[in-house]
Amino acid sequence: MTSSIRKKSKTKETQARKKQTARIEYPFSAIVGQAELKQALICAAIDQTLGGVLIFGDRGTGKSTTIRSLAALLPKMDVATDCPYNCDPQRPAHLCERCLDDDAETKLKKKQVTVPVVDLPLGATEDRVVGALDLEHALSKGEKLFEPGLLARAHRGFLYIDEVNLLEDHLVDLLLDVAASGENVVEREGLSVRHPARFVLVGSGNPEEGELRPQLLDRYGLSVEVKTPTDVSQRIDVVKRRDAYEQDPAAFAEQWKNKNARLRTKIKQAQARLSDVNVPDETLVQASTLCMTLGTDGLRGELTLMRAARALAAYEGSQSVTLDHVKQMAACSLGHRLRRNPLDDASSRVRVDRAIEDLFSE
Amino acid sequence: MKLNPSEMTSWEDAALAATLFAIDPTGIKGINLRAQPGPVRDEWMRRCRDYFSKSFCWKRVPLNISDCRLLGGLDLPATLTAGKPVAEKGILAEADGGIIILSMAERLPIGTAATIANCLDCGEVVLERDGLANKTPTQFSVIALDEGIHEDESTSSKLQERFAFHVELENVSYQESTHWSFSKHAVNKARKCLPAVSITNDMLELLCAAAMGFGITSLRAPLLARNVARALAALEGNQTVSKDNALLACRLVYAHRALYLPAEIEEEAEAQQPEQTPEQNESEQDQQQQNNEQQQFDPQSLEELLIEATQAVLSKQLLEKLQSTASKNNQKSQSGRSSNLKYSDVRGRPVGVRKGEPGNGARLNVLETLRAAAPWQRIRNNVSTTNSDSRRIDIQREDFRIARFKQRTVTTTIFVVDASGSSALNRLAEAKGAVELLLAECYQRRDQVALIAFRGKQAEVLLPPTRSLVRAKRSLAGLPGGGATPLASGIDAALLLAQQIKQQGETPTIILLTDGRTNINREGEADRSTAETDALLAAKEVRMENVSSLLIDTSPRKQPFNQQVAEQMGAQYLAMPHANSQNLSEAVLAHTSSKQSMALAS
Repeated sequence: MTSSIRKKSKTKETQARKKQTARIEYPFSAIVGQAELKQALICAAIDQTLGGVLIFGDRGTGKSTTIRSLAALLPKMDVATDCPYNCDPQRPAHLCERCLDDDAETKLKKKQVTVPVVDLPLGATEDRVVGALDLEHALSKGEKLFEPGLLARAHRGFLYIDEVNLLEDHLVDLLLDVAASGENVVEREGLSVRHPARFVLVGSGNPEEGELRPQLLDRYGLSVEVKTPTDVSQRIDVVKRRDAYEQDPAAFAEQWKNKNARLRTKIKQAQARLSDVNVPDETLVQASTLCMTLGTDGLRGELTLMRAARALAAYEGSQSVTLDHVKQMAACSLGHRLRRNPLDDASSRVRVDRAIEDLFSE
Repeated sequence: MKLNPSEMTSWEDAALAATLFAIDPTGIKGINLRAQPGPVRDEWMRRCRDYFSKSFCWKRVPLNISDCRLLGGLDLPATLTAGKPVAEKGILAEADGGIIILSMAERLPIGTAATIANCLDCGEVVLERDGLANKTPTQFSVIALDEGIHEDESTSSKLQERFAFHVELENVSYQESTHWSFSKHAVNKARKCLPAVSITNDMLELLCAAAMGFGITSLRAPLLARNVARALAALEGNQTVSKDNALLACRLVYAHRALYLPAEIEEEAEAQQPEQTPEQNESEQDQQQQNNEQQQFDPQSLEELLIEATQAVLSKQLLEKLQSTASKNNQKSQSGRSSNLKYSDVRGRPVGVRKGEPGNGARLNVLETLRAAAPWQRIRNNVSTTNSDSRRIDIQREDFRIARFKQRTVTTTIFVVDASGSSALNRLAEAKGAVELLLAECYQRRDQVALIAFRGKQAEVLLPPTRSLVRAKRSLAGLPGGGATPLASGIDAALLLAQQIKQQGETPTIILLTDGRTNINREGEADRSTAETDALLAAKEVRMENVSSLLIDTSPRKQPFNQQVAEQMGAQYLAMPHANSQNLSEAVLAHTSSKQSMALAS
């Protein structure tokens, strides 16, 4: 039996994706309120190394709607044609084995695809998450073929886990490992495959239904707490728009097309600008002081805060990161890293704001 | 046919809910049918079924359904015959265009509930299992048969949140249930009308404002109410939703979700209910804030409509519910307990399988192992030529699936606090302080705490087992002092709670803080001698249940009676006349951790 990786055009993923596009998702720009959530997701899209977004919130706040609307919003990305892992032809260091071989021979052909936003459904089994031997092919042709799983599909995109606190432990461990290493290593059923898997892990959950393990918490770059808008007129807006969307999704999406497009351009520009944004030493010192005051464990918090502020600066079109950017991203980059003080009722957000006030108010 | 909301009985409500559900099952999504099995429920189900054609798809989902049957997976016999993977549709995909019935929905595992809720939202089943990946569009509605008796025993809030209706048939007599106002013909007519029914922006605004007024934050509620209002209009044969339709929709959708009443009504209610708990006050303040916002939004008309909506929703039961259980708001949010479970390969309740080898106590799950091996049979038979009998199933090591179990290891500490007048007020403050410190400790160990206070004539569970510090602190802050000392009732209440905790497979520990000057017996009469014998009896019962306990004597001098109680309870006795919260909590910790290490050693 020869070992190879199946061409993308035939995969189950593509079939599944085709069906997915048939359903028109609610447009991102039509979402009322939720500014913080939108900002966090946009920053994560601008700088994928930010490492994941965790969303906590009440029921019926539109968490899932917002995330599922991302795919249609984000600018398309270049991928190598026929690559099952969405390899980026511009970054030879991160190519999968197949593309490396191809690249050595001829220049990789590229095509544009939408950024994958992959749902990890509850009840998914391990073999579908990491990928496994393609049985049908093995049976009919007698060849060992690797059928890429959800992790491969999510490479360079988003992996969304709704109800992350209900996910089985062994799957959580697996995801953590891959998210940390950026590489999926499959050793099963006589297969030995490794492929890049860098994705933004987006988890949503309801803290009342069980808390997350601290390891998993720390793995997320940003955390956002979403609430339903309490303003009546905003709520009426939500219901009206939802009503309009349900009546005719296509027409509704058309109506918001331009706004989505404008946002898309802005994100695209920010992505291009990101590496040019300057981070002054002074701002770095301020960010570190803030982290030290709050007592966040490890350096991950500082690094995330800096990157998030830089992504925001790029999004806003600034040349360099200012204290204001740091302030804006502090709550969502540091909130979930604070050591719990069980008797302090204040939410982590309030504590971060308090620290900012104390440090930088003069 | 005129529907007058204020005069409708709960059976009429239920009948109307069934009718509307039959008109627009996909819009209404589901009904939580809270009733014990019996003729009334059967009658309701029969009437509901009658609205649909004979060929309509009804699927019953059993409580212990596996993910494989729910979502779909590998069809074992077909795979073995065909020699290649054959997919099998799950029940959710099969129910497309139909209705699924969840029996004993109050006991449905949270994972199953979440899966069903997700399918309701997305309108498709996403399958990523056993090497199969597909998405099957499916639209179904749900009838959840909620047979819970206690208030906290109910269908998962994840599901209830997505259903428009909650129907209670508890107090409906069979006599009453023979009456049914809507014919099949009316429903058929309404179904035809429904697509043409429109709703004005005014009515949408009314639905939103009313939802806010009742403290319903989720935005699914007004959207469901919109669907209900449209179905009501269709039932009346109208093209647009009238105000009455919207108001009735409010009643049907909001009544069971309401957390509090809009301000105007609250004031009236206050007159009937002078004693108010702090929480109600809080919610009222919130309410007033929101009301101000409403006024800013649309001063006149909306507010008037809101009052009407409130009156429409208002029923006697609702008032009672809102007033009697202020803590209900908290209980509602306590549905999931997933984090209390510990997975194990050895003991506990079976919950699925994982790849792995038997041994070390782990048990092989034969069926799942077969399922894993099935698709490979043709290859394996080709490769291993020695295996002449092709009908034999070739199982290899990598196919082994072992059963997984979950067990609970949570310790729940029940604090029983004497809040009587004799337990001097400064003592109470110390006890509170100690409890707070312990809470912090329990929180770190991921244990649960519960709080029972006794004073006056009886004991009261102020805080059902929880890990939420915020809740615990709030109920502690609201703990009043003063009155007589009904020690026996206090111990009884603690024991009852401990038994419940044990039933859930968790370990209860009772910490009793009292000065021992009991003067109220089990009957609630003031009589010192019977009060003491009752307390001793209650203590004995604790020992018989084998619940670990600690008695902290808070009286200024050692109380011999307290020592007796401790002896009867089999409790550790600790006199702490000069206790402050710090050393009190240290003592309790020493007690609980020694118990734990003992448990580990054995």
